[in-house]
Amino acid sequence: MHVVNVRLENLVKRFGKTVAVNGINLEVKHGEFIVLLGPSGCGKTTTLRCIAGLEKPDEGRIYFNERDVTYLPPKDRNVSMVFQSYAVWPHMKVYDNIAFPLRLRKVPKDEIDRRVKWAAEMLQISELLDRYPHQLSGGQRQRVAVARAIVVEPDVLLMDEPLSNLDALLRVKMRSELKKLQRRIKVTTIYVTHDQVEAMTMGDKIAVMNAGRIQQVGTPEEIYLKPANTFVAGFVGTPQMNFVDVTVVSEGGKSYLDAGDFRIEVSSDVAEALKDYEGKGVILGIRPEHMYPIELAPKNVKGPTIKGVVDFVEALGSDTIVHVRVGSKLLVVKVSGSHHFTLGSDIVVMLDISKMHVFDKSSTKAII
Amino acid sequence: MVSDVVKYYLRRVVFYGLVTVSVLWILTPIVIAILYAFSTTHDYYSPKVVIPTHFTLKHIQELLALGAGPAIMNSIIVASLTILFSFVLGLPAGYAFARYAFRGKDSIKLLIIGLRMFPIIIIAVPLVTLYIRLGLNDTLLGVALAHTSMALPFVILITSSIFAGVPTELEEAGMIFGLSRWGAFLRITLPLALPGLAAAAIFTFIMSWNEVFMASVLTLTNRTLPAFILTSAMAAPDFIKFAASFIMVLPAMIFVFIARRYLIAMWGITLR
Repeated sequence: MHVVNVRLENLVKRFGKTVAVNGINLEVKHGEFIVLLGPSGCGKTTTLRCIAGLEKPDEGRIYFNERDVTYLPPKDRNVSMVFQSYAVWPHMKVYDNIAFPLRLRKVPKDEIDRRVKWAAEMLQISELLDRYPHQLSGGQRQRVAVARAIVVEPDVLLMDEPLSNLDALLRVKMRSELKKLQRRIKVTTIYVTHDQVEAMTMGDKIAVMNAGRIQQVGTPEEIYLKPANTFVAGFVGTPQMNFVDVTVVSEGGKSYLDAGDFRIEVSSDVAEALKDYEGKGVILGIRPEHMYPIELAPKNVKGPTIKGVVDFVEALGSDTIVHVRVGSKLLVVKVSGSHHFTLGSDIVVMLDISKMHVFDKSSTKAII
Repeated sequence: MVSDVVKYYLRRVVFYGLVTVSVLWILTPIVIAILYAFSTTHDYYSPKVVIPTHFTLKHIQELLALGAGPAIMNSIIVASLTILFSFVLGLPAGYAFARYAFRGKDSIKLLIIGLRMFPIIIIAVPLVTLYIRLGLNDTLLGVALAHTSMALPFVILITSSIFAGVPTELEEAGMIFGLSRWGAFLRITLPLALPGLAAAAIFTFIMSWNEVFMASVLTLTNRTLPAFILTSAMAAPDFIKFAASFIMVLPAMIFVFIARRYLIAMWGITLR
């Protein structure tokens, strides 16, 4: 396996009048596991298909190292792909499905046999080699598809929502298995999903996409802790981040974010960052898990408090999600563990001010 | 009130009654034709015999003596050529309809069906004059071309739905793992589409085999079987006509019997 870095430059792909991919720049280093994450229709699958060679981009370039592969047919790129529908060939036995790519590459017969058995062992499907795909379960077919993808020792492994057709339990299991497999064979992997949990748990890096553009590229921590804009902030994390329209106000040498129904005092360095926005509207963002009912707040958490009323409670067992009504605003607070809250009762919520985000209203970009 | 048990049996009686009537409706003429095709002249004409008990191959032999042999050969040649031409032209069209989105796709599809709208009688005479000019009159090639034009819309529509039934991802996987587009079609799509294509070929064969009007108009000496029967055997005694009808239905029945088992077996694999 060679060292292969993948580079996309200003990639554009249109379908008629719709722009599916709108100027994408991305670099994937050798051995990296990068996840393209975004809602359906954001262009992530089209981007992947361009890298595979199944779509020809209208503009831009795709490089594997310094080699321009933009218009190369798929078979000359040494990539492999795992499809959402698995795309295991129904007229071939499992063994032949895995061996077929090697046969096309004119690999000697005993070498083929060795490698098919290696891949089958990796995916724990050795005892299924003699069966036809229609005799397999969805999970087993998935394993065949992955075995077929790794047996050719591809330069780049592409996966298009490979787990979305599996049931929930199996999906969690395959998640860790795929990740471990990728670490072991150290193949550069580009993985498309709309599932943020998949992205967070599997990706070395995540590229969050929306409307044909990459919104942010970063490690899972960076994406979670320092979202670049309101889209990323809102897309990653459950329940969704709270967004509140606020105005930056200065009074008596102190700065506040005024939401109308409540106001929050901000520290001097935050005030400094917001000084251009004085008197203007910005968006305050705070994750449900970064707010606490005052009596449950950890001692090291400091921040302003907001008074409200318990509007609704979702008891999930491991977590309790409290919807707090503050005037006309609704804030969602996530408390870990099982707690009782009385509907309609008063509640005081503390914000962890260090985990607060402020976004520009027009550009939606993060200010802090 | 009628009890549920009585209702249940009543319903079954009506159902099986209808089935029996439909089956008899179809089978009786076929059985009669086959019986009389082989019954002796005496049994056929005797007013006392309804169901013949003495059988002979004489009528078939007489039919062959009249020239049915070459006519059968002609029919086979024409039908095979029709399959060849309509598949060579129809497969790529069907594939394109199934796989590509292009401007005017639906209109073209409609146009193809629309071609079948014109009664053959209308185009028969112009076709004959055209054929005479081209030197195609009274040739098997000419009949095959006419049959191709009749079968082609059917072949295009059927093959396009067959190809549409083969998921695109299977082809794309083939291309990712080392095949060209053409290779992916040959090695992935074609084997999966084969049972359906075989069925389409059989239907085309039977269509050509049964077609009598075009064949009669376009040929004089090189008659296909139906055209031959229409002109020669129809002037012969009844039992010769029955023998002719037996020869006509034979290949269709053989095909259906073989194809049925083959198709079910193949489709069992391809349709998960």
